[in-house]
Amino acid sequence: MRKYKIDHKFKLVTIIELYAQWIREGKLAVSSDWNRDLKIKFTVQDPCNIGRKVGTNRIVDDLRFVLKAAIGEENFREMAPNRANNFCCGGGGGALQAGHTDQRRAYGKAKFDQVMETGAQYVIAPCHNCHAQIEDMGSHYGGAYHVVHLWTILCLAMGILDENERSYLGPDLAMVGL
Amino acid sequence: MARVIDIDHCTCELKEQITHLLPDANLDLCLTCGTCTGGCPASEQYDMDPRRFLRMVVLGMDDEVRNSPWAWVCTMCARCKHACPMDIDIPKLIYNVRASVPREERPKGIRGSCDQHIKAGNAMGVPRDDFIFTVEDVAEEIRENQPDFKDLKVSVDRKGTAMVLNQNSREPVTEPDELGPLWKILHLVDADWTYPSVMWAGENYCMFLADDEGWRYILEEFVHHVDVNLKSPLVVNTE
Repeated sequence: MRKYKIDHKFKLVTIIELYAQWIREGKLAVSSDWNRDLKIKFTVQDPCNIGRKVGTNRIVDDLRFVLKAAIGEENFREMAPNRANNFCCGGGGGALQAGHTDQRRAYGKAKFDQVMETGAQYVIAPCHNCHAQIEDMGSHYGGAYHVVHLWTILCLAMGILDENERSYLGPDLAMVGL
Repeated sequence: MARVIDIDHCTCELKEQITHLLPDANLDLCLTCGTCTGGCPASEQYDMDPRRFLRMVVLGMDDEVRNSPWAWVCTMCARCKHACPMDIDIPKLIYNVRASVPREERPKGIRGSCDQHIKAGNAMGVPRDDFIFTVEDVAEEIRENQPDFKDLKVSVDRKGTAMVLNQNSREPVTEPDELGPLWKILHLVDADWTYPSVMWAGENYCMFLADDEGWRYILEEFVHHVDVNLKSPLVVNTE
């Protein structure tokens, strides 16, 4: 909207900022108790558009706050590099539909190696391009991790995730909280 | 033998054109240090990297630049710009190189999604009524099967709500059950929200296609709908 100088009255935020706000205000009773004994490890992919391109780490820091509240601080694994310095997954900018599949996968190898290095079983990817690309990297290069939406883990951490809302979860979490 | 580039007689049309559009892109300031290339995961694909790409533009190798598919492998992630000591805007350079390719020669997949978005308001081309039907159908299923959420409310185009949400079209089209967790969170915090029926999707392939006209149209339609029709003060990006 800035690019085309289109005036708008509304303010634009990401749902991640709202999740963080609602957890801080006590409106979302998120708990990591479910993972105390399971100790399932999570990492996050920082989408370029809410990390580097925002100019601050404000939103990606909120992302960590939200995720840690839901899985337990000790179960969070950071990729390196991360936040503003994170590698793009290789699926953005239209790459998933640009037709250069071999090159896209070669690009994504950096991301795949980063994920594998963390040893995490789950990757939170709050961008649909990242989500699809990191899933594709996992099946192409043989990574056993799962890529899930943040809302899935938040509902799991509040004990309200229904049976048919678990298609992205692995067998280790298929029954948790049901 | 390497090709001789006659710098004295360089026409550099592409460079002139982009410099005109992007006076702040600093294309001439490159120190050729290679920091961009060292940190770019797309380096070496199609024998190209950000530094080489920029040098080719600056040296007027316009045909080679336009014929390289590399501009479509680069994701415009801006890691190069972030690291560049001279703050050269390589992502915007890439965008404008994409835009300099005739529209019908740009990648078919991206073009198709952009065309659908202009026509239907989402990249997957879902008609408005199908979107509304899916939203209501999934909500009804949750109300029936999940007693804690028997009062779950969803709406499209409700006026004057505290917030308007966009939604990537992948959910309503290929995985509608993924909508449930988001709505349940909104229900728990008692959020006053609605989906817009106009340009409701979170994605924007016209931006990736470097289709300025399409991108602007999508934004204008969306802004008008939210500001004028729905009169909501807040837009929430859900991905």
